[in-house]
Amino acid sequence: MNDFTLDRGADGIATIRFDATGRTMNTLTSQGWDELSAIIDAVRQDETIRGVLLISGKSNAFCAGADLDEMLDAAGTTPASAGGQRAVVERMGKANRVARALETCGKPVAATIAGHALGGGLELALACHFRVVAEDSRIKLGLPEATIGLLPGGGGTQRLLRLVGAARALPLLLEGRALPPAEALEMGIVNAVVPSGEEERVARAWIAGGGEAVAPWDKPHFALPGGTPYSRDGNPVFIQSAAIAARRSQGNYPAIGNIARCLYEGAQLPIDRALEIETRYFVETLQSPQSKAMIRTLFHSQPALSKALDRPAGVPRAQHKTVGVLGAGMMGAGIAFVQAEAGIDTILLDTSLEAAENGKAYSRSVLNRRIKKGTMSEAQAEAILARILPSADYADLAPCDLVVETVFEDRDIKGEATRRAAEHVRDGILFASNTSTLPISGLAAAAPDARRFIGMHFHSPVDRMELVEVVLGEHTDDTALAHALDYVKAIRKTAIVVHDSPFFYTSRTFDTYIREGMEMLADGYAPTLIDAAGKLAGMPRGPLELTDDVAIDLVHRIAEQRKISLGKAAARRRSDDVVDLMVHEGRYGRKNGKGFYDYAADGSKTLWQGLASHWPVSGATGTPEVVETLKRRLLYRQAIEAARCLAEGVLTDPRHADVGAILGWGFPRWTGGPISLIDQIGAVEFVARCEDLARQFGERFSPPDALRAMAADGLSYYGNPPGHRAAA
Amino acid sequence: MPDVFIYDTVRTPRGKGRKDGSLHTVTALELATQTLAAIRDRNGLDTGAIDDVVMGCVAPLGEQGSDIARIAVLNAGYAESVAGLQVSRFCASGLEACNIAAAKIMSGEAEAAIGGGVESMSRVAMGSDGGAWYADPNAAFKTYYAPQGIGADLIGNLYGFDRTDVDNYAVQSQQRAAKAWSEGRFAKSVVPVKDNLGLTLLDHDEHMRPQTTLQSLGALKPAFADVGEKWFDPIILQRYPEVDKIDHIHHAGNSSGIVDGAAAVLFATKEMGEALGLKPRARIKGMASIGSEPSIMLTGPELVTRKLLDRLGMEAGDIDLYELNEAFASVVLRMMQALDIDPDIMNVNGGAIAMGHPLGATGAMILGTVLDELERSDQETALITLCVGAGMGTATVIERV
Repeated sequence: MNDFTLDRGADGIATIRFDATGRTMNTLTSQGWDELSAIIDAVRQDETIRGVLLISGKSNAFCAGADLDEMLDAAGTTPASAGGQRAVVERMGKANRVARALETCGKPVAATIAGHALGGGLELALACHFRVVAEDSRIKLGLPEATIGLLPGGGGTQRLLRLVGAARALPLLLEGRALPPAEALEMGIVNAVVPSGEEERVARAWIAGGGEAVAPWDKPHFALPGGTPYSRDGNPVFIQSAAIAARRSQGNYPAIGNIARCLYEGAQLPIDRALEIETRYFVETLQSPQSKAMIRTLFHSQPALSKALDRPAGVPRAQHKTVGVLGAGMMGAGIAFVQAEAGIDTILLDTSLEAAENGKAYSRSVLNRRIKKGTMSEAQAEAILARILPSADYADLAPCDLVVETVFEDRDIKGEATRRAAEHVRDGILFASNTSTLPISGLAAAAPDARRFIGMHFHSPVDRMELVEVVLGEHTDDTALAHALDYVKAIRKTAIVVHDSPFFYTSRTFDTYIREGMEMLADGYAPTLIDAAGKLAGMPRGPLELTDDVAIDLVHRIAEQRKISLGKAAARRRSDDVVDLMVHEGRYGRKNGKGFYDYAADGSKTLWQGLASHWPVSGATGTPEVVETLKRRLLYRQAIEAARCLAEGVLTDPRHADVGAILGWGFPRWTGGPISLIDQIGAVEFVARCEDLARQFGERFSPPDALRAMAADGLSYYGNPPGHRAAA
Repeated sequence: MPDVFIYDTVRTPRGKGRKDGSLHTVTALELATQTLAAIRDRNGLDTGAIDDVVMGCVAPLGEQGSDIARIAVLNAGYAESVAGLQVSRFCASGLEACNIAAAKIMSGEAEAAIGGGVESMSRVAMGSDGGAWYADPNAAFKTYYAPQGIGADLIGNLYGFDRTDVDNYAVQSQQRAAKAWSEGRFAKSVVPVKDNLGLTLLDHDEHMRPQTTLQSLGALKPAFADVGEKWFDPIILQRYPEVDKIDHIHHAGNSSGIVDGAAAVLFATKEMGEALGLKPRARIKGMASIGSEPSIMLTGPELVTRKLLDRLGMEAGDIDLYELNEAFASVVLRMMQALDIDPDIMNVNGGAIAMGHPLGATGAMILGTVLDELERSDQETALITLCVGAGMGTATVIERV
């Protein structure tokens, strides 16, 4: 069976049909390219063929891209010899060679696109002379490679550049944003958008009407839109492009730099030679540890967790038709909204009807924003709101299939809410508690059945944060876990599973980031440098400004809890002094307008002048060496904590640690997550670097024994990296 | 190694580097030609004795392309045996050309040589020669490329100079330049530029605005705030992460002016000078160039000065007059701060803020300016230096003989 088949047609218009065998989606494989290559030869030689349609045999998509795993196997590891690397370049250049053969086959080729054309799929279409797309705003056209650390290696960088110019190509390539057909047409990426079902007719008409078998860039006097790097118009564009890429990558993302390089170097070459450049940079990018880590976590692990693929098998799937939410504060209101949006009837309960209605009003405000943006109709909004019943009467919870408790972080208050709810609901339903700090096994005591009690640590703001940290108490059983995962999936969020322990995984590990920032403050580094180092490492915010955002009194409360749970083992840290002093000064962070920064009414911030007297700046300035050390401290400290969580059994699966870090607190995507970061560096090297940091900065950098053992045995968390097999 | 002596310095007046500038109708070749002719004619030079002519030119394309030094040599009617070399060290090209000319003599390659430079910025636009530095991602990433003015702004931010400081310096430059012109202090070197009919096109530096005040400068908008915010501030801050944000303080009024001009300096050994019947005016005491951090770009003058003074066994206080190109006010303020230089001996006759900076020629021009001033004020030793693109510095120490 073939992925590509040729139907010569009776009227001189042949059809190449792409219908991958044995796969639900069309993906491009090495075998597929060989088939297409043979077909192109046949088309070229057959004098009766005067034009070609390229169509998809799948209803879901034209083509979703290349087979990433196959590419990683074939090219993901840098071969030891130059000859080996040459062979990799040869293999990875196949897509470009075949697509180029299609583009220069001498017959007009039209791609008819009735579903998504993404990555390699869009690249294949770009190698056709005419692209006609069904008028359907759900269809996505784009080159998303950069979002998983890759660059388009099937001609995408060069053909997009030549179609729209560097100024418009660069942001599309860097952001990996998919366009709906109308926008793609406006940009000139496709030639026609027609009513669904008309694509083939329009494509045939284009061929019949004398469609040209020559790409614009193969015509004499082709001029790159916007100009080449050293033309008068193009020069500023390319100078700005380098700055845009540098700003986005900060030296962390090989794909981003290499996309900019492909555009700059490719723009100065004829397309055939430009495609050689693209292949070289594609191979370099694919072989970078960053791209392999990103592919693993973002392309494999995250979707697997989103689909709850490792949900305990054998437990019947739960239907959550009606779910009660206890507490209509910020978290409860957010959870009620996402439930209602997902079609779940929601009882939003608080101590007064007024409080419950206030919680529902939050949904109204989110929906109003969407209506204003034009992404939702009033009727759709009404339908969502109708699913939320505000209430102050526990008896209203009677129909619930699940109760999610979100009341104040206090064991007694939470226990009371759970007990009262339990009086009115069916026996055996799952009780979930949204908490970030309280032990789940303790809270379970208030539930009718500790086996059916589970923690769900939502992240704020709930409607935007995708992660739910599902916490297993001592007695939580598989049914409870399975049903919790079913629920998280139903509300379109992604769950990681952790075992009950102080601050679980995300808060505990995140806490190390902001505390390392405070350590640096105590070391005498300039606060601006500390926050900049966090951002240069790829964190969304610096540790000090982030502390202000989460509120210093919360950090203080976590520290107090830590003292209680660790007892005498809770050695005092310098960061505790920083926290205590800030709390003593009444500087709680953004919430009261003063923390490490002072906040003006307009939200702008300036460094608190008092910092300089409490922690005079004595540290070095931000030379690249100093910044590198600060970045390592900030990232490695978190990675060490994640490794400890795995070693202690708080987590059992490194994928959960990685996905949880990226979704939960914005751990840098280029790392693939804290555990992938360790694998990326290599356990031996990572342990050595951490021991060095431990000597310089303290025992908190000391790697756990399990990690040392892994290094000693030459092992990694994820086993052999993808692509390793092919090299063996 | 023979001593190298300076026998004469000439320069054109500086014309506004715009379409309405007095020298806009004059080709770059003609500017170079007239300076070479002037230094020949007023010294009665037998040009056959000159081994090489080295000229700085920063945008060597169009009419400034194809080794303009050699073409100017031929166009000026020098003996065809005289070689010509065009060089670029960005803003220090004119001084570097002089240093190369001197070095050729020191090495024994030449006995007499001319150093100088030319730039018609009104006719060949700054930056029009392109360059990998800014557009090639490889270079731009490694150098954290941001336009020069942003580096100058950052120098101000890092070393504590605010808008008022740099504007005050600019006002002083204008006042000093105006006074120097009114007292005829540039007369020795400046040679008017004439047209083909022999009519004078320009005999004075026309970029000056002697009426400039702190108030008038205060009205000018920072030149690099917009591009900085849009593209480049975040890049340079990746290299200077301890800085919260760039406070843009430079504008057209406290930065060097865009002008047209050319200059030439005659060097020879003592023996050749005697053979030509010339009287030496000064001796080259030492020369140096360095590289410095490229994103801030303009901290080279301090570093190259330290290196050169060290090598010469001198201290900053041993120099009677300093001449540092006024590319941006903060560069001069920082150099004085770093080396504890008395403002009264720095750029005493104003500089490029008032009179302009014809990129390829400036270094040779200010060498002449400071030599004239040493003679006028009867002092001995001067140091000439310039900040340079991509993070460099070039310097020369001369002493009167």
